[in-house]
Formats: sequence, C-alpha cells, structure tokens
Amino acid sequence: MKKIVALIRRTKLDVVKAALDEVGHHSMTVTEVKGRGKQKGITEIYRGREYQIDLLPKVELMMVVDDADVERVVDTIMHGARTGEIGDGKIFVLPVDDVIRIRTGERGSDAL
Amino acid sequence: MVIAVLNSGDTAWMLISTALVILMTIPGLALFYSGLVKKENVLNTLFLSFVAYAVVSVIWFIYGYGAVFGSDIHGIIGIPTNPFFQGVIESHALYGTIPLGLYAVFEMAFAAITVALISGALVERMKFGAWMLFIPLWLTLVYLPVAHWVWGGGWLAQLGVLDFAGGIVVHINSGVAALALVLLLGPRQDKRLFPHQLTYSILGAGLLWIGWFGFNAGSALAAGQLATSAFIVTNTSAAVGLLVWMLIEYLRFGKVTLLGAASGAIAGLAAITPAAGFVNVMSAMVIGFGAAVVSYAAISYIKPRLGYDDALDVFGIHGFSGIWGVLAVGLFASPFINAAGTGLLYGNAHQLAVQALGIAVTFAYSFVVTLIIAKSIDLTIGLRVSSDDEQQGLDLATHDEIAYRI
Repeated sequence: MKKIVALIRRTKLDVVKAALDEVGHHSMTVTEVKGRGKQKGITEIYRGREYQIDLLPKVELMMVVDDADVERVVDTIMHGARTGEIGDGKIFVLPVDDVIRIRTGERGSDAL
Repeated sequence: MVIAVLNSGDTAWMLISTALVILMTIPGLALFYSGLVKKENVLNTLFLSFVAYAVVSVIWFIYGYGAVFGSDIHGIIGIPTNPFFQGVIESHALYGTIPLGLYAVFEMAFAAITVALISGALVERMKFGAWMLFIPLWLTLVYLPVAHWVWGGGWLAQLGVLDFAGGIVVHINSGVAALALVLLLGPRQDKRLFPHQLTYSILGAGLLWIGWFGFNAGSALAAGQLATSAFIVTNTSAAVGLLVWMLIEYLRFGKVTLLGAASGAIAGLAAITPAAGFVNVMSAMVIGFGAAVVSYAAISYIKPRLGYDDALDVFGIHGFSGIWGVLAVGLFASPFINAAGTGLLYGNAHQLAVQALGIAVTFAYSFVVTLIIAKSIDLTIGLRVSSDDEQQGLDLATHDEIAYRI
C-alpha cells in the first residue's frame, strides 16, 4: 500500500476529485495548506504599502491506495491538476505499513 | 426678553444625532479597528473602544460636562457645579431649543469617540489595565480642558478659533495623543498591516460614515438649514476623499484597494468635521481632496521614515486630516453659509492665523500632557504587555477568550 500526498492548486481540486471518482477512487482527505516552491509570490497592498506574500495557499490531497493502483491515481491527479504553469504542485508517494479500519478492526488492503 | 422654548423638531433630530454619534464608537470604530488587526487580537481591539465608551459615559456626568461647559475660570476650565448632573434634568433647563440634558449627552458621545480613536494606535501590545487607567486620566487632563478652550467659552474660543464639530477637539487631539503614546509604547514585534477580516473594517467604515451625519449635521444643534448644509458637505468630502485615495493608489500601483478607499473616506470625514458648518460644496471637494493627499502622504512616507508604530494610523488619518481641515476653515469659511465664520477666501486672513494658533496649542498641549500621563503609567503599572503575551495575542493572554473557534 502507498500513501499519495498531492499538493495542488486550490482551483484544481474539483477537477481532480471528479477525475478520481471516474477511476473509482472516492476516499481522500483534503487539507488547506500554505507553502512555497518555484512559484513567485503574490503582492498585497494595505494602506499604500506593498507586502510580498511568498507562502501561497494550496490544497493537500491525501489518499492511501493499493500498490497496483498507484500509477493510475498519480496519472489521474497529474492530468487533472496540470496547467503547465509554474505552481502546479507536486505529488509524493510513500510506503504504508498497515491500515486499520476503526469500526471493524479489518487490516491491510481490506481496510482501504 | 426672549423666552426659550423647546422645539420638538430640533429635539428629535438631536436625539437621533446623539445615537448616531454613539453608533460611530460602538460598534463603528470598534469594528473598523478590529478588522485590521491579527486574529489573535480582535476582542482586545473591540474591547478598547467599548470600555473607553463606558468609562467616559460615567465620568462625563460626574464632572466631565461641568468641566467643559460649566462657568469659565480664566478661559482654562469650567466649574463642575452640578456633580453627578444633580438637579440639571430636574430643572427642565434648555440649551437653545433643546433640553440641556440632551446637549450634555450629545457632547458625551464626542468625548467618548475621541478617547476611543486613540486606541487604534496602540493595539496589539498595550496592557489592558494601562488603557483603563489612561482613559480617565487623558479625558480629565487633556480632553476636558481642550474641549473647554474651544467649545466651552475658553480662551481659544475667545480668540475666535472655529471648530464646528471637532477638528481640534476630536481629531487633532486624539491623533496627537496617539502619536505621543506610541512613542513611549514602542513598536510591535510585527508591524505589518495584515488585516485579518477586512469586511469588519468596511462595515465599521460604513457605520462611521453614517454616524458622521449625527456628528457634523448634529453639531448645528437644530434641525434646519445649517444642519442640512453640514450634512451635504460632510458627505461630499467623504466621497471625494474616497475617490482621490483610489486615484493615488491607481497612479502608484495600477490597482485600487477597498481599504484604501475606506481610509480616504474617513480622512475626508475627519477633515470636513471642523468645517462642516462653515463651507460650501466646492470647498468641501477641495477639503476631501486635500485630506486624502495629506493622510496618504503621512502614512506612506512620513510614518515609515520616522519609524513610530501608529498601528492603525490614528495620527496619519485623524491627526493630519484634522490639521488640514482646521486650516481649511481659515481658508474657506463662507459668511453666506454661516455668519459666524469668514475665512481668507472671503477676505479674513486673520481667521487662518487663529486657526493655526489653535492647531499649534492643541498639538503641543495634547502631546506633552499625553507623554506625562503615559510615562506615569509606564513607571507604575507598566504600559506594555510581556513579549510572550504579545506573541500569543492579547485575546487569550489578557482576556482568556478567543474570537474564532475553528
């Protein structure tokens, strides 16, 4: 099993979510985060003073899938979240030791 | 002998005006300020205005009204002959065509907002107890004398200083006090202006704008031509201030901001305040224009250069636009609007000199006495919260409550 963490544009969340639904991956956890990468910051102006904001709002999408599904899920997220401009985000894939469903006590892939 | 008679139209208007001026402080100013601070300091910022309003409300009727409007002692201060307002309401006395008590409570609302205005400069770092102590001391030692000099028949009034609704008494007075206080208080660890909830501030600015009709048109003390004139020029100056601030930002950044527009409106309102009962519409446009320019310059160029941390620009907006407005009375006061005032444009250069004197005296007095009050508080209970409390935010550190549970 793998944990997939994708940092994507906020505006792309709905597209990615719908695309994942189509390939049968419904479960996910979404967090609003702030971060920075290569993308330039934005400017805010308050009372005539400019402030450079270099932590930009992004969405972090987290899901755990079977090894066999990793490529399909990664492809789906990548296609849905891509604009081709700097700031599209990143996807991380991490190993997962075990998964436990709290309600039933099922473990491993059965618990996904 | 003319027998004073109560006019119910005037009385109705002044009751409404009084409520409008109170609306400016609670919640207008409180909201305007609280939206601009960080989310950990929202309740404290709201509280500073609310508690100032409450303390002034109490002191005003114990001795405040008497010290401003009681019998004059050598032009310096009035005698509070009716402590706790005893016997005044019972006497059914009139002030012009309205009840004397109504005049007193109308003036109370001015004293309250003047103190509350100062709070915008010191947010996010002043001890609440120090503010509680500052309110009665500053009201007593600064506001009451200055209001007496200008409005209570004191020496500035005797010299002919004109201040229709409080350019000197309210705006310069509070703006300069704010400057003096923050010089002692020192800058915050994080001086950036990152409004946590700008919509509060816009709501507050709107309430201030509406309340200002009570402030300025109410200062006519009657429901008639002068109140109408003041109403119109107040609105005109605010609108021009808003548009000019937008124009400046557009020329400088290519973008316009809502906070900038609202700040321009408030600057225009502060500047027209001393002039509201003396000038025509064209003069009001010039006053609104000048207000946006001087306040923008003060905030963008003077404040960063001198380094004082006037957090929400009380000195920048109320101090500078107040000074401009008081000078503008000396320039634009038209005897065709109000026989009581004639400015330079209508052939009376003397008025401009008197106005300048009024500014200089108030600036010096408010600055020095505020410094003395603040220094005394600093030496006794201390002005400033601990560094830890400042970082944690005053809502939790001072009040054990938070604005947003998410």
